[in-house]
Amino acid sequence: MRRARAIAVVALLAAAPTLLAGGIAPEARRSGYAFMGPETRAMQDDDSSNPGMLFVLDGETLWTRKTGGADKACADCHGDARSSMKGVAARYPAFDKAAGRPVTLGQRINLCRGNHQQAAPLPYESRDLLALSAFVAHQSRSVAITAGDDPQLKPFVEQGRALFVQREGQLNLACTNCHDDNFDKRLAGAPITQGQPTGYPLYRLEWQTLGSLERRLRSCMTGVRAQAYDYGSPELVALELYLMSRARGLPMETPAVRP
Amino acid sequence: MAALINVPARAKRGDIIEIRTLTSHIMETGFRHTVAGALVPRDIITSFTCRYNGAEVFRADLFPAIAANPYLSFFTVAKESGKFEFEWIGDNGFSSTASASITVE
Repeated sequence: MRRARAIAVVALLAAAPTLLAGGIAPEARRSGYAFMGPETRAMQDDDSSNPGMLFVLDGETLWTRKTGGADKACADCHGDARSSMKGVAARYPAFDKAAGRPVTLGQRINLCRGNHQQAAPLPYESRDLLALSAFVAHQSRSVAITAGDDPQLKPFVEQGRALFVQREGQLNLACTNCHDDNFDKRLAGAPITQGQPTGYPLYRLEWQTLGSLERRLRSCMTGVRAQAYDYGSPELVALELYLMSRARGLPMETPAVRP
Repeated sequence: MAALINVPARAKRGDIIEIRTLTSHIMETGFRHTVAGALVPRDIITSFTCRYNGAEVFRADLFPAIAANPYLSFFTVAKESGKFEFEWIGDNGFSSTASASITVE
């Protein structure tokens, strides 16, 4: 009896590091796509019915449009996005040496606009920023997520993980309470997913438009009645980074469709 | 404004073909209020038409309850090679066009 208990304790201790590292084992990770109904899946799968593709088309136009004081287009430096941007979004948020911290894909686009195009930054959740982000991220479709591998990002991944497991708001819930412990169950009729950010920016039918991962995180925070962090705040970027590292190995789906 | 059109590139004469269209539009209902209480004015697409070599083959009126980025799919008979022309008309002088070609054998 005592021996059996000792074995159980050893087994728990052996399992603990993997549980702490990600909560969900790599082979058990599932995109939100796996939780959707057949109609919504069909909508995402067919590029001529996926409304996110409208934004990708707009992004493609913006990619080649000259703008700012430098009168340069994205394409003037980066060339054909199909080769130059392939796999890029799967690595974001990435470490920015000048800032000394991670930046999201949207922030990178605005840094590029400021530094190389001498153009004003695009506001968060503006149509143009979402369209450019979607166009860039679309080039990584089906590429496996590797964000967070850079050793310089380690403290920020840790910060994101700490935020993920920290209870907050009037409902006193942490992200992990739903997305690690209770996925596959339902919340008011809607499936609880693992919260894997595989397809951002994505088209939410509820929003009737494309939106960023930050928008999604903010609405989750509002849902637990917490004060949401501002767009672009270091906390949101750290959370986004942790979520991407937690989804390591899952293929990118941008632009995904979600209910 | 971007639009996504799906017309088969080739078809046999007499085939029934499916045409799918998706266009960008916010489809603001006109029933919503801002946080300050002001009514957000209606801004929707009101009509859609599809012409096949100049002859109208499909028309639809759209209303405030239709979701953003309206998706319409319909069928027609492939009669001859030529061009499909699509037109969306809406509030505030909104107008958008697109076209697609088909080869009928």
